[in-house]
Amino acid sequence: MIRLPVVRLVLSALAIGLGLRTALPGALAASLTLYSAQHEQTVDLLTKAFTKETGIDVKVHSGEGPELASQLVKEGASSPADVFFTENSPELELLSEKGLLAKVAPATLARVPAQYSGSAGDWVGVLARENVLAFNTGMIQEAALPASLLDLAKPEWKGKIAIAPTDADFLPLVGAVVALKGRPAALEWLKGLHDNAMIFDDDEGVVAAIDRGAAATGIINNYYWARLRMEKGVDKMQSAIHHFAGGDLGALMNVSGAAVLKSSRNQAAAQKFLAFLVSKPAQETISKLDITFEYPLVAGVAANPILKPMNELQPPSLTLKQLGDDRDAAKLLREAGLI
Amino acid sequence: MSQVVSLNVAERALGRGPHAQANIRGRAPAALIGAALFAAALVLLPILVTIVQAASLSARAAVDLLMRPLVGQLLINTVGLVVAASTTCAIIGTATAWLVERTDLPGRKVWGVLAVAPLAIPPFISSYAWVSLSNGLQDFGGALLVVACAYYPLVYLPVAAALRGLDPALEETARSLGYGAWGCFFRVVAPQLRPALYVGALLVALDTLIEFGAFALLRFRTFTTELYAQYRTGLDGPESSLLALVLIALCLICVVAELNVRGRARYARVGAGARRVAAPARLGLSRWPALLALVALTGATLGVPLGMIGYWLLQHSQAATSPVAPSLPLLFDATFASVAYGLAGAAAAVVVAAPLGYLTTRYPSRVSVTLERIAYLAQGVPGIVVALAFISLTVQIIRPLYQSAALLVVAYAVLFLPFALVGVRTALAQVQFGLEEAARSLGLGWFAVTVRILAPLAGPGVGAGAAMVFVFVVTELTATLLLAPIGTRTLAIEVWANTSSLAFAAAAPFAAMMLLISLVSTWLLAHRFGAAVFPGQA
Repeated sequence: MIRLPVVRLVLSALAIGLGLRTALPGALAASLTLYSAQHEQTVDLLTKAFTKETGIDVKVHSGEGPELASQLVKEGASSPADVFFTENSPELELLSEKGLLAKVAPATLARVPAQYSGSAGDWVGVLARENVLAFNTGMIQEAALPASLLDLAKPEWKGKIAIAPTDADFLPLVGAVVALKGRPAALEWLKGLHDNAMIFDDDEGVVAAIDRGAAATGIINNYYWARLRMEKGVDKMQSAIHHFAGGDLGALMNVSGAAVLKSSRNQAAAQKFLAFLVSKPAQETISKLDITFEYPLVAGVAANPILKPMNELQPPSLTLKQLGDDRDAAKLLREAGLI
Repeated sequence: MSQVVSLNVAERALGRGPHAQANIRGRAPAALIGAALFAAALVLLPILVTIVQAASLSARAAVDLLMRPLVGQLLINTVGLVVAASTTCAIIGTATAWLVERTDLPGRKVWGVLAVAPLAIPPFISSYAWVSLSNGLQDFGGALLVVACAYYPLVYLPVAAALRGLDPALEETARSLGYGAWGCFFRVVAPQLRPALYVGALLVALDTLIEFGAFALLRFRTFTTELYAQYRTGLDGPESSLLALVLIALCLICVVAELNVRGRARYARVGAGARRVAAPARLGLSRWPALLALVALTGATLGVPLGMIGYWLLQHSQAATSPVAPSLPLLFDATFASVAYGLAGAAAAVVVAAPLGYLTTRYPSRVSVTLERIAYLAQGVPGIVVALAFISLTVQIIRPLYQSAALLVVAYAVLFLPFALVGVRTALAQVQFGLEEAARSLGLGWFAVTVRILAPLAGPGVGAGAAMVFVFVVTELTATLLLAPIGTRTLAIEVWANTSSLAFAAAAPFAAMMLLISLVSTWLLAHRFGAAVFPGQA
């Protein structure tokens, strides 16, 4: 039963599966390779719309932002990537410092307020979201929450907080503390968190733990909570989110941006993709979807109504340049024993 | 299917036995030894790469890194779960085996099949099912539940086989000398089951150590999830390699212990005549709680995964956090990719295993035994370690292979080499060496001998090994996730992409397709090799 069909199937699969796969990249000229750390379903929609509009096929390599950034650094000039689209600015800053990014077309940069793009003009901001403190409504009152993110390192918060230090979204917070309070203060803060916090691998884990009552509060980006609410249904949520006010560090905005790799051999098509990301239709698609829950950065596009209006947020005053490139943040996490 | 059990199963199915006469006169051709060395080297490669990377740390730094609280926490989580899971599986597996083999429980044949069926469900799929049922399971208890449900058949299978092989005369003697039913079980039956129980429990421990997807979805931190988390944060330096080495060490302890237990302990009946079949214990009224327990067990191990996937298949977009409904073409593409890689992985594993299997059956020597043992070590090298090692090896040195389909296929060949090897070895062992010699003496070259003598005779056995590798590749997550070429999306990748962002309904079609392939292939395998593969039904 097994003998001959298996041989035949194996041979044909080898021929089709491997042959096609190695032949394909060279065969199609109009094709882009996108390294993406954005939500996969959002990127799926965007790339399909882009292909429909331009006829340019997009191949997506998905991963976590810092993973892809470090991969791009290792690959260097021979990287297969044309475009990098990620959730946090430090990863783009890192590639910018390494000289791996090409300049973004001025018309594309002009679509977004300058403070949300790279100061060297080599990456463009696409979306933004805020850091929040999620809390279990049955375990703690909003009034009892701390005024500042830094307070969470104090002894009275021991056992009451959950964090995900290996989530790409946590690193910019560390960068912000370093930029505003200095490195020693940042290390102290992380050590305090180490003593106080339950550790999870990612923000999805944190928000789920809070909602089921395993932890009272947790540091997350707002959209993880919004996604959980979508999944569970509004009436079943046991948690809520708290926005830090008065320019506190805890209300840091994370900027999701995109860049063209200098090594790309499809510069024109890659620039087209960036322009597409900040076009009105693309930004509207994203903000209307109940997947991403981020603020569109292009003027005149309304954010998802479940988000607190962007002009009511009170983020700390900090440029993206000051926020750094994650490298020191990662070292600090290790020094504090968090990873 | 769980990775390790089938090794046992395959050995049993294919009747590992030294039927063939080894060629003790001749020396193995150099090319054959070379090819066998290549197989062993492939298995050692990821371990060596990991060691070399970790070796860039100074001894002092290494000690500091190993003594940090994170490693302690991971050890507590991992070892705690491993111990709890082995114990739980030992209890459930033995109880089930006893009920199926030695009692008058109604429907024993059906229960026997249901008891092994969970092996065809990859743990990350059942983990997805449980998590989507309640996120209250995302802690130690949940991890234990998922692992116990997935792996108790690993204990059930060897214990059931051992129970069937026991000589009832011993028990009858014990009873006649005054032991009650329980006394007899603990003093006479249990000691005889010990080797089978140890083997099963060690297999559970090993599978728990190398599992990644199930714990990642349960947000339970073990060494594998931490390695992945560090890689995602761009921190995959020598520090991560050191963590990987700790994990490899834990795994190798289990592999070596398992080989030892299996090699030594054996209870056999000596004396003339045939063993009687034991009279089934009469359960009486206690059959009802026993039946209830088996129903609950089946509900947890099969009912929840199949039921939840069925439930999510019927849900639509908004519940899925996903307006991007998984379209038919996407499902087709992913299925095609999974099947193509499954076939390519099976072929590659057999090609790598064939020379080694031939060498060990035809030219047994200390060298060939050592090479074979090395190949079996692959059981103890977790997918995440192989993937991370291959990534850094190719990005730094063998660049053309970087992100290539070929690299992923090689990784599969390494991970599942033991299964292909068991298939090749046992099949070749059953082919009389005299046939090959006769053919050669009549003027056939080695190629013609392979095609006309070996392939027809050893083909089915090799095919069974290949089929097993196929099932493992289709349900493999970790290496696939990290090594898949850009743009390739297999069923496992689609399930992962959706479940890790809580889009449970969107994951369902892909999960259902994967289960379908796994269950059908396993069923075909069982059908072809009958009772030998699933001894529970005998």
